[in-house]
Amino acid sequence: MYDFTYARVSSVADAAKQLKGDDDAKAVAGGMTLIPTLKLRLAKPSALVDLGGVKDLAGIKVDGKTVTIGAMTTHGAVAASAEVKKAIPALAHLAAHIGDPAVRNRGTIGGSVANNDPAADYPAGVLALGATIVTNERQIAADDFFKGMFETALKPGELITAISFPVPEKAAYMKFPNPASRYAMVGVFVAKTAGGVRVAVTGAAPSVFRQKDMEAALTKKWAPDAIEGIKQKQDGLNSDIHASAEYRAHLVGVMAKRAVQAAG
Amino acid sequence: MAENVGIGASVLRKEDFRFLTGRGTYVDDINRPGQLYAHILRSPHPHANLKKIDTARAKQAPGVIAVYTRHDVNEDKLGGMPCGWGVKFKDDTPMKEPAHPMLATEKVRHVGDPIALVIAETRAQAKDAAEQIAVDYEILKPVPTINDAIKPGAAALHTEAPDNVCYDWHIGDKSAVDSAFGRAHKVAKLDLVNNRLVPNAMEPRAAIGDFDSANGDYTLYTTSQNPHVIRLLMGAFVLHIPESKLRVVAPDVGGGFGSKIFHYAEEALVTWAAGKVKRPVKWTADRSESFISDAHGRDHVTHAEMAMDKDGKFLALRVQTLANMGAYLSSFAPAVPTYLYATLLAGCYATPAVYAEVKAVFTNTVPVDAYRGAGRPEASFLLERLVDVAAKEMGMDRVDIRRRNFIPNSAFPYQTPVAVQYDSGDYFGTLDMALKASNWSSFRDRQQEAKKRGKLRGIGISTYIEACGVAPSNVAGALGARAGLYEVANVRVNPTGSVTIFTGTHSHGQGHETTFAQLVADRLGIAMDQIEISHGDTGKIPFGMGTYGSRSLAVGGSAIVKAMDKIVNKGKKIAAHLLEAAEADIEFKDGKFSVAGTDKSKTFGEIALTAYVPHNYPLDVLEPGLDETAFYDPKNFTFPAGCHICEVEIDPDTGNTTIITFTAVDDVGRVINPMIVEGQVQGGVAQGIGQALLESCIYDGNGQLLSGSMSDYTMPRADNLPNVDVSTHVTLCTHNPLGVKGCGEVGSIGSPPAIIGAIVDALSEYGVKHIEMPATPQRVWQTIQAAKGKKAA
Ligand SMILES: Cc1cc2nc3c(=O)[nH]c(=O)nc-3n(C[C@H](O)[C@H](O)[C@H](O)COP(=O)(O)OP(=O)(O)OC[C@H]3O[C@@H](n4cnc5c(N)ncnc54)[C@H](O)[C@@H]3O)c2cc1C
Repeated sequence: MYDFTYARVSSVADAAKQLKGDDDAKAVAGGMTLIPTLKLRLAKPSALVDLGGVKDLAGIKVDGKTVTIGAMTTHGAVAASAEVKKAIPALAHLAAHIGDPAVRNRGTIGGSVANNDPAADYPAGVLALGATIVTNERQIAADDFFKGMFETALKPGELITAISFPVPEKAAYMKFPNPASRYAMVGVFVAKTAGGVRVAVTGAAPSVFRQKDMEAALTKKWAPDAIEGIKQKQDGLNSDIHASAEYRAHLVGVMAKRAVQAAG
Repeated sequence: MAENVGIGASVLRKEDFRFLTGRGTYVDDINRPGQLYAHILRSPHPHANLKKIDTARAKQAPGVIAVYTRHDVNEDKLGGMPCGWGVKFKDDTPMKEPAHPMLATEKVRHVGDPIALVIAETRAQAKDAAEQIAVDYEILKPVPTINDAIKPGAAALHTEAPDNVCYDWHIGDKSAVDSAFGRAHKVAKLDLVNNRLVPNAMEPRAAIGDFDSANGDYTLYTTSQNPHVIRLLMGAFVLHIPESKLRVVAPDVGGGFGSKIFHYAEEALVTWAAGKVKRPVKWTADRSESFISDAHGRDHVTHAEMAMDKDGKFLALRVQTLANMGAYLSSFAPAVPTYLYATLLAGCYATPAVYAEVKAVFTNTVPVDAYRGAGRPEASFLLERLVDVAAKEMGMDRVDIRRRNFIPNSAFPYQTPVAVQYDSGDYFGTLDMALKASNWSSFRDRQQEAKKRGKLRGIGISTYIEACGVAPSNVAGALGARAGLYEVANVRVNPTGSVTIFTGTHSHGQGHETTFAQLVADRLGIAMDQIEISHGDTGKIPFGMGTYGSRSLAVGGSAIVKAMDKIVNKGKKIAAHLLEAAEADIEFKDGKFSVAGTDKSKTFGEIALTAYVPHNYPLDVLEPGLDETAFYDPKNFTFPAGCHICEVEIDPDTGNTTIITFTAVDDVGRVINPMIVEGQVQGGVAQGIGQALLESCIYDGNGQLLSGSMSDYTMPRADNLPNVDVSTHVTLCTHNPLGVKGCGEVGSIGSPPAIIGAIVDALSEYGVKHIEMPATPQRVWQTIQAAKGKKAA
């Protein structure tokens, strides 16, 4: 780790101010991604602005049609939440399968979504459920948020404060973990929402994406066999020591079918 | 008391209290006054000429005390890292043994090759300064794999080995094998790879060099399995420090699996540096550094053929293996694919002729050396897979072909065609027990049931052998070992009757403090809390050889027994004096010396006290004190063997394999502590499952390590592992006093072929004959796709 200064702020405004005043400053939430990066000396921030002391950033609110999760809510809290389990069980299931208990007790939804790791789980849920990313400056639709590998619509100094998920009619998430890291090698989130059927795929490509062919087929008929013949294209998919693009493409089909099955 | 804690009792491990409560003392827990920190600048390139190394800016960086490079090593006339085993070419010429410098000299040869040592007040300052070192590399073409190394015209790593061949060795009777193949009814053939592994002990390596300027004494604290070997190699070959001035301490060590046998440059670097800067110097590897600096394991490419007669009897085995040594010869590397591998190729079978050729090559990768099983997992994987293929070739059942070829119980001692002689075993016994415990005969019902659920179920079997406790020293010496292979024990009876055992073996998870104490409790009849086992400090312990190759109980335990014999004999003399009886009439039992046929006796404690307070004592004929040392040099290896059976289910849609059951029946000789044996077997099987399903060390074509972190290299986790059903079947070792054989490696030796055999069985409907390790979901899925493609074509 290189030296940096550390500030624990008590409001989002304060955090934003510090971040805007220093291009090399970084927000830290659970630190589960950022701290290993610092330890490996892959990043050299001048300052860390810790969001841990900001009141009201953590917490889950459910009002009839929407589940709103504060940015600093841990994966463990989402996984254990009776309200989330009732309103969007697929989301609680997703959170429960991120990393290990230590990671789930520190890592946050805001950090995960802001980071947009190509193999992270949350982006699939956010995109498939058509969630809205709430920041200190605006509201961003999921479809406009994920821009590419580790890239989002967030501007420098802009902070996620919450994510609100419309409650779907049906949804499920199926993850085929990378054997080593246990991140998603392929994860497919399917949802039947008021705005239509949405299928989001993570792990397979440089960034989460919607599988429109499957969405169309499932719109016609919500059943596993509806997507039986749909082949995910290999072009542009990731290929690494654990999975070729061909295998990943195949797994997209398998996981999607299983997700539809699980959603009922 | 003896029946609760003696031989055969599952005594809870004495050492676990401190381990489980975080009170162990590992090297990194030790901090010496005035301690500095070392960071090692390592090569990011696999193969390059080292031009200029400019350390000027680093030396000026905050907190920096010193920066050392090849220049300083030269100036101080230090040696290179020595190799402890020489192997010969087929024509009897010695292997190519290129220099292995502590800090790279004219070239770097693998990613992670050490270039400079930076010493600073803090670890962060040392790292910061290392970034200020400017190194001018002239990049050379990398040679990352065995196949790259042997290609004609491949770049040479070392001028001493222009074709990258370290040795081309052989064993066995070639003409007998050739003639048997000429007569064969059928021949089974198999090409296979033994995948390269990264040991990944839980505790990364660490070392502290300490120099006492008052008297010129050096102390090295290090994560080692054999501190005396390190003292010998480092003192004599690298730093030229007399052993009388050098103490090596290996305190609690968090796992080794072989990777902490070897003498590493970092140990010599911190010791040397401590003497130069006159302050203690600590180095602790982080995990990323471990991946590129701990010796790796396995990495063989093999072609094997078995000749059979019309009844499926094995006539001859022919094996050609290419073994990867990595960039330099690590301490015992040359022995692993030769004397620890090819000598085991007879397996449990009475194959009359075996011929093996092994070519070892240099590549631009981390050095490869012994890793849990060392050579023997490679041998058992090859042989057991080949036997399965042979069964298929003959249209025979996998169990039947094994039974038909087993060495019969009446044939022991059995001389194999590959040098070693097995002393005892009952391969039929372990096989029958395992078949029963695994419900082998009803497997096809379970397979049918799985099929209804859409799963492919398979069962696999391996009947393996291993050799432990490499010995005797003179034979090992004749085969190229440059060290002795005996073990030492000092049994110190303290004046009030408690006992301290100083053993030359080293415990780094094996539970010696308990098992060895049980030997003492059993023999001397004293309570466990009166027994201390001391190990890991050359300042306290006579010259011993350490722990590897499952030798500790068979060799080290035998030394303890021999030293205890001496204690008892001397005790009898003292008792005879005190009890006014003839020495021949004194019996020792349950902690009491008594005169046979009388009720006259003295307790062990009374005799101890008399020995140290010799007021009423035969001083004219007997020395005072009760402190005996024994060196034990075994007459032979020991040969554990057994049968492992694995049942798997495969999800054909994803290729994912789940191990449903795993049955291990092992003959490890006499069992001292069944609970510890079970734990050792389970741990070994976990590593075998790692090799078979998960772990794979991969270098890309540019010589970069792709699997260089825990998020890329798949270590087995709890949810990958079934509950391993472990049982033992005992035939005694005939040549050591305890009748023990060794249990540390059987799990990693016996399990991989059983697991792969199960997967191949599950995929048999696709006509799959073999699948390489690790059988990852992707590999299994691809294998199914390829087989389907073939069928369709
Ligand atoms: C061993 C391990 C296993 C893991 N396994 C998985 C897995 O299976 N699936 C998975 O999805 N993830 C996994 N993760 C990642 C984990 O989910 C992380 O917690 C998450 O990616 C980042 O969240 P964090 O709160 O720790 O963020 P931090 O590490 O604190 O921050 C990450 C980045 O986000 C920025 N950031 C944080 N909060 C905000 C905010 N509110 N607004 C804007 N920017 C912000 C930071 O500046 C930083 O750049 C794993 C991590 C580890 C260490």
